Amino acid sequence: MNDPLAHALRAPAPEAHAAARRFADRAAAEHEADLAYTTVSSPLGELLLVASPHGLAQLHYLDEPLELALEPLARRRSPRIVESAAALDPWRRELDEYFSGARRSFEAQLDWEAMRPFQSAVLRATVAIPYGATSTYTGVATAAGNPRAQRAAGNALGANPLAIIIPCHRVLRSSGGFGGYTGGLHRKQYLLELEELSRP
Amino acid sequence: MASRIERSARSNTVTHSLPPFQDLLERHSEDVWRTLRAMVGVHAAEDCFQETFLAALRAYPRLRADSAPRAWLLTIAHNKAIDHLRRTAREHTQAIEMAGEDPPTPDGAVWSAVAGLAPRQRAAVALRYIGDLSHREIAAAIGCSEEASRRSLHDGLEALRRQL
Repeated sequence: MNDPLAHALRAPAPEAHAAARRFADRAAAEHEADLAYTTVSSPLGELLLVASPHGLAQLHYLDEPLELALEPLARRRSPRIVESAAALDPWRRELDEYFSGARRSFEAQLDWEAMRPFQSAVLRATVAIPYGATSTYTGVATAAGNPRAQRAAGNALGANPLAIIIPCHRVLRSSGGFGGYTGGLHRKQYLLELEELSRP
Repeated sequence: MASRIERSARSNTVTHSLPPFQDLLERHSEDVWRTLRAMVGVHAAEDCFQETFLAALRAYPRLRADSAPRAWLLTIAHNKAIDHLRRTAREHTQAIEMAGEDPPTPDGAVWSAVAGLAPRQRAAVALRYIGDLSHREIAAAIGCSEEASRRSLHDGLEALRRQL
């Protein structure tokens, strides 16, 4: 192989990275990709946001490497996943406002498609808990139509794919105890204090 | 026999864990770009690049998890480049345009020489020296026999050597 040829053919192509970004943004905007993701930093650490054409599909505390967080999505939902910050703009903006205390409810669309009926009922009941207020596992189980399914309600909340936006941090034990939180109790406490301080 | 088919179908679903498409995009976008730059020139490369990854994204869920995504992507890029060359073939000035559009760098002479090659030779050279594909993969990408792809590569390199 003569050198100038190899040199020219393999010359760095920085344009490729910009072209790849343009591709990913367009694939997300035109729904050619089934899922688009971005990561954002927040007072509670790095968050992973994932949107489908139906709305926000996941808001996850990114405590593990990104590949590990994306792998189950690629396996269970679709491998057609691209990174696009632009695609997640509406939710990113609302989250910023929420953390600054300026926003008390979320409006951008959520993706309920992948949820089972009872989980969906529990999480919709959770969305109805007002900002700054709290409910109990029995409370959301009752609102979901089955007062005796507290344990199932707890599981549904533990598997909440949309942390913060579906406010499972507002659900406490009937005894007044804190209950659990998938992201860690320090985060539950932070969110409750934030809402307490910013309550109208 | 039936049980073997069943088993392999079952194991397919188990091993069906394609990485997020973003992985392929990040890992291979530069080589796809370089291949297209060699085949269609720097101006047409952007459109061909977008077409390549769009076609790849649409077909991605059907890709076998154990296949080589790099050769697959470069094959799609090759096809998009050939489509582009066919579309613009009637203008007949393709080689001249490509030679003229690159900035006068030390690589300029190489680019005009590459642009002067027949499309199949250009493809063989690009896939071999940018894509690092095997002769079998190049033959599959171009859609010819392995022997014909070896010959295209050889003839292409000869022609380049004569000019450079």
